[in-house]
Amino acid sequence: MGWYDTAVKRRDVLKGGGCLVVSLVAPQARRALAAEDRPLWRALSPGQLDTYLKIDENGRVTAFFGKMDMGQGVDISIAQIVADELDLPMDRVDVLMGDTALTVNQGGASGSTGIERGANPLRNAAAEARRVLLELGADRLGVEADEVAVAEGAVYLRADPARRVGYGELIGGGHFDVRLEWNGRYGNALDALGSVAPKDPSAYRVVGQSFPRRDLPDIVMGTHEYIVDVRVPDMMHGRVIRPPVAGSVPVSVNGDSIGAIAGARVVHEGDYLAVVAEREWDAVRAAQQLEVTWSEVEPPFPEMDDLYDHIRRAPVVRESAGGPWGADVAPDRDAVQAALDRADRVIEAEYEFPFQSHASMGPACAVCDYRGDSATLWTGSQKPHHAAEGVANILGLPAGNVRGIWVPGPGSYGRNDAGDAAMDAAVMSRAVGRPVRVQGMRAEGTAWDPKAPASVHFARAGFDEAGNVSGYEMRMKGFSAGDTDSNESDPSHSYAGALLDWPNASVHRLDNQGDLYEFPVNVRYWQTIAPLLERASPLRTAHLRDPLGPQIHFASECFMDEMAVAVGADPVEFRLRHLPEGRDADVLKAATERYGWEPGVPGPTAPPTGGVVTGRGVAYTRRGSPVVAVIADVEVDLDTGRVWPRRFVVASDQGIVVNPLWLRRTIEGNIIHAASRALYEEVQFTPERVTSVDWISYPILEMADAPEEIDIVLVNRPELPPYGAGEPSTRTVPPAIANAVFDATGLRIRRAPFTRERILAARRSADDSRSSQEFS
Amino acid sequence: MAVMTLDVDGASHRLDVEPEMPLLYALRDELGMNNPRFGCGLAQCGSCTVLMDGQPIRACVVPVAAVTGKVRTLTGLGTVGEPHPVQQAFIDEQALFCGYCMNGWILYAAALLERDPDPSDETIREAFTGLKCRCGSHSAILRAVKRAAATLSEQEG
Repeated sequence: MGWYDTAVKRRDVLKGGGCLVVSLVAPQARRALAAEDRPLWRALSPGQLDTYLKIDENGRVTAFFGKMDMGQGVDISIAQIVADELDLPMDRVDVLMGDTALTVNQGGASGSTGIERGANPLRNAAAEARRVLLELGADRLGVEADEVAVAEGAVYLRADPARRVGYGELIGGGHFDVRLEWNGRYGNALDALGSVAPKDPSAYRVVGQSFPRRDLPDIVMGTHEYIVDVRVPDMMHGRVIRPPVAGSVPVSVNGDSIGAIAGARVVHEGDYLAVVAEREWDAVRAAQQLEVTWSEVEPPFPEMDDLYDHIRRAPVVRESAGGPWGADVAPDRDAVQAALDRADRVIEAEYEFPFQSHASMGPACAVCDYRGDSATLWTGSQKPHHAAEGVANILGLPAGNVRGIWVPGPGSYGRNDAGDAAMDAAVMSRAVGRPVRVQGMRAEGTAWDPKAPASVHFARAGFDEAGNVSGYEMRMKGFSAGDTDSNESDPSHSYAGALLDWPNASVHRLDNQGDLYEFPVNVRYWQTIAPLLERASPLRTAHLRDPLGPQIHFASECFMDEMAVAVGADPVEFRLRHLPEGRDADVLKAATERYGWEPGVPGPTAPPTGGVVTGRGVAYTRRGSPVVAVIADVEVDLDTGRVWPRRFVVASDQGIVVNPLWLRRTIEGNIIHAASRALYEEVQFTPERVTSVDWISYPILEMADAPEEIDIVLVNRPELPPYGAGEPSTRTVPPAIANAVFDATGLRIRRAPFTRERILAARRSADDSRSSQEFS
Repeated sequence: MAVMTLDVDGASHRLDVEPEMPLLYALRDELGMNNPRFGCGLAQCGSCTVLMDGQPIRACVVPVAAVTGKVRTLTGLGTVGEPHPVQQAFIDEQALFCGYCMNGWILYAAALLERDPDPSDETIREAFTGLKCRCGSHSAILRAVKRAAATLSEQEG
C-alpha cells in the first residue's frame, strides 16, 4: 500500500504509461488534467486534505472521489456535499473519479456505500478546507478569524461584506498541506477526519435539492466515451477462447487454422487460450475459426431439473446465523424445534431461486498496455483500484506500477465480467508485447460472467391456539454469495488466473434476512455448499445487485404472507404486529398510505377460471440501515401465464435525502431490474455447459412488460446520515410480485422466476388437485 | 476485400474491407467512430442501432456490402447545442443509467415519432420490441418519448 504515499513512484507510473495516458483518460478526468500542469502534484495520501480537494485560480473545486458512480448520480451527490461544506454553488464543484493515480482507493462501487461511506472523507476534507480558507481570508483582509464569514466561495468581512476575497485568490492552484486523521484503512472502510466538524444538516442548502447528471447530455448525443471506445496506438484486439465443456482445457491448438487471417496470433499459456489480431473483426473471425482439441472431462453440472435437489442433498460447508461479516454464529435449532413441537399449528414452505447472470448490456471490455516494468489498464470495472491491483498481481508487478483508469462500461451491478476482461487484456498484452483491447461476444457476458447464486429456502412457523406466532425458522441453503470475490485484486478470482494456475481460493460467503420482525423464537441461518466446478467455472458465483437479497427475501417475505393467510390476517397488519415502532413500521405505513391500502386477507374469494385477474402484494425489507416497502399491483393472464407488474408503490427511507431526483431514478432502476429477475431471469445449463448465451436464452424484461407507474415516497430523515440506495429496494420486489400473484390467482409460486410456463403449470396443478378433490 | 462507399452522417467514406464485415465493425474500426456499440452481435438488443434512410437497422448483423442507403448515427442526430427533440426529452427526463443502450432507444424513438407524431402508450411499447436496457430505465424512457411527442406537437401547432 506504500505507493499511495510515495509521490516519486507515481511519477514513474506516469512515465511508464507515457503521454498516451493523459490523452485517453475518461472525459471528466481529461478535463481536470488539462487544467492541471502537474497532474500528480498532490501527495496521494488518505491523511492529506490535498488528496481529496483542489481549488484552482478561479475558485473552482475538484473533488477526488475514490468510489465510483455506475450511472446513479453518486458523483453528483458527492459534489452537493462538498459544495455545502465549502459554501459554494453546485456549478463550481467537479468530481473526478476512477483514476488510480489521482484518487485514493475508497473501494470503488461496493454495497451501495458510494454516498453512505464514500462521502465521509470528502465531507470532512471540505469542512477542513473551509476552516483553512477562513483563516487565510482573515489574514488577507487583516482581521481576526471571528470577524469573517464565508459565502459563495469567498471569505468576507462580516462588518463590511464588500470586502471579500475569493477561494481562488487565497489558495488557487496551491496546496493546503493540511493533515487529516486517517483511520489507516483503504477500501470501503477508509475514513479521514479533520480538526473541525462538518456542518449540521440543518445548514445544508445544496444537499436535498435535485440535480441532473452531468454526463447525460454527452451520452444522448452519442459523444460520451465508453470503455469500448478507448483506442491506444499500436493496439491489437483479443478474444478469449472458451471450452465446449466447462472445465475442459486445450490439449492442442492448430495455429494454421487462422493462418488466412493476416496478423492473427494464438496466445496459449498454461490452460489459458486466446487469439489476438490487428482488427477487431479479424479477432472475432479468428476466435470462430481456431481449431482446438479439448480435454475429455466429466460434465461438471447436474441436470438443470436437478439443481434444487442437488442443493438440498449437498453437504454443508459453512453455516451461520450471523451476517456476512464477523464470526459465524451457530443457529439454535433445538430452540426452534422445541417451539414448533409445542405449537398448535405449524406451516412450512420451501422457496427456490435460480442462478442469475449480470448480463450487462455489452460483454465486458478492457485495454491493457504492458510495458515490461509497468502497465496501464483501462477498465469498466466498478472497482478500478482493485482491478489494477489484480492486473499488477497477474503480471508480477508491484501494485504501484499499474495505473488503472476507469472509463464507463456497459452497466455494472456487482462483480460482472469486467474483472475478467481486465485480466485477459493484461495477459494478452504481455504475450504480444503490445497494447491489447479485449471485448467478449454476447455469450461471454451471459454464459461466462460470475453468477448470482442459486438457493433453496426452508421456512417453518408455529402458531399457538390464538394464532400468535410461537416460533419461526428460516434455513437458507445455497452456493456461496461469492466464491469469486467482488474485490478483483486476487487473480485466483478471475477466469484467466484460474487457468494460469493461481490457487483456488473460493470464498464461502453468506448473508441473512434483513428485517426487524420480532417472534418469540426467531432462528434464521444460511448454509453454503461447494461450487459445482472449482476452476474457471461459468457458474462461479459473485455479487450481483443486492447479493442474496432477492433470494432471501423472496422466501422470507412470501412466507410472511403465507403466515398472514394462515391466521386470516391482513398482510400489512400482520407485519406491523411483529415490527417495533420506528423507521421500519413508518416506511411500511408510508407505502400503504400512498397506495390507499384497504385491509384484507390475500387471495381470491373463488379460484379464477381464466382471463386476466388482478392482485396486490406487499413486502418490506431492510438492508443494513435503509428500509424499503413495496406494494405491487399485478395483472395475471391465466390463459397465457403472463404476469404484468403494472404498478409499484414504493416507500424508501435512505436517511437524509441528498438528491431526490437521482434517488428516485435509482429506486426506479432497482425496481425494474428486480422485476426482470423475478419474472424472467434464470441461467440455463446442461451437465456440460451454460446454455444461456444471449437474450433469447436469457430473456429479461422488455418494454412491453415495463410497469406503467412506479410511485415513490421518499421518507426523508434529515437527522440521519445518507444511506445507500443503489440496491436496497431490489430485494423487496420478487416477494411483492409473488404475493400479488397469489392475491390475484390463489397460486403460490415458490420458485423464481415467475415465467408464463410456471404460472400455467401452477394453474394446471391447482386445477388437477381441485378436480381430484371433487371426485374423491 | 472490396472497395465501397459509405455515406455516414452526411459525409462520404471509401472503405476497403471484406464485404461480409458487419457495418458495426466498419463504422467503429475503419471509420474510427464511437457509435454505435457492440451489445450482442445478434440483433437482439439494439446497442448498435443506426438509421439507414431513416429506418433503424442493427449494424452488428448488416454486412457492409448490404448498406445501400444513407446512414445516420446517434452522433449525427443532434448536438448539445442543437439536440433532436428526442435527445432533449431524454435529458429532461434523465432517462438512462449507464447509457450503453441509448443508440437503440433514441433512434427507434426518433423513427417512431417521424411516422407517428402522437403515438399511444401501446404503440410506443410495440415500437421498442427487441430493445434491451439492463439498468431498468424503461419507465423513464416511456416518459421521455411522451415528452418528445408533446414537444413535437407543440412545434407543429
